[in-house]
Amino acid sequence: MLLGPVLGLSAILFSIGVAGVLLRRNVIIVFMCVELMLNAVNLTFVAFSQLYGASGYIMVFFVMTVAAAEAAVGLALVIALFRHRETVSPDAFTSLKW
Amino acid sequence: MTTLFYVFAALAVGSAALCILQRSPVSAALWLVSTMFSLAVIYVLLGAQFIAAIQVLVYAGAVMVLFLFVIMLLNLGHASSDMRGPSALAAAVVIVGLLSIELVALWRYTPARLAQEISQAPAGLTDPSAIFMGGQIAQEEAAARGIVGGIAVPLFQQYLVPFEITSILLLAAIVGAVVLAKRKV
Repeated sequence: MLLGPVLGLSAILFSIGVAGVLLRRNVIIVFMCVELMLNAVNLTFVAFSQLYGASGYIMVFFVMTVAAAEAAVGLALVIALFRHRETVSPDAFTSLKW
Repeated sequence: MTTLFYVFAALAVGSAALCILQRSPVSAALWLVSTMFSLAVIYVLLGAQFIAAIQVLVYAGAVMVLFLFVIMLLNLGHASSDMRGPSALAAAVVIVGLLSIELVALWRYTPARLAQEISQAPAGLTDPSAIFMGGQIAQEEAAARGIVGGIAVPLFQQYLVPFEITSILLLAAIVGAVVLAKRKV
């Protein structure tokens, strides 16, 4: 049983993902960091599945589905925005900023 | 097995750190693929072989290929520094520091401690061993129904409605992606 170390690894990966979202100025890399955070959460679900049975695996299954849908729609948005402004920096899109 | 876990945990953390530090989006994506493969190995070590297989197929395969496809479609492969300035760096250090202090406390969790905390909850469960039967539920289910069967039975009985809703979500995502990425609707 590796519950503690696996939860620690998941925490480190999640923090790295948050750091990437806060530090990078490229929408595609920000998306990749969001995927990294989702992976860290999946690791937590798998770790707890050892104790609770298969429900955690099913949550991982749903998280992966949502992540795939999110990647498809998000990258389509990036393509549409790039066509509009010729850049992928989130700072370039401020029309909705108050 | 523990040694193997620590080797691949170090590999996952190193690849993730390189992923957010690489200038070129293509190398960042490839380092993220390396992280996902290390996580797949860790899933195998935790006894979740089916999850490891779909991790490789869906994440390292489909999702990351989609990312690489978009990077190359938009011709973003050039290395140009897009890190934010010192003020954002300071904010990130503070936020990530607080978050990791909060989360790394989970390291101290063991099944015994978890059972003890649940037994002290106001709901008043008296016997922790009734909840966590030695932490072997996953292995027992795998032995009874096989690795895929242990996931399939609850997925198609208990979680049938969410499973069907997932298909609507995927349909909406397909339509949305086509509408957004098309030049003229």
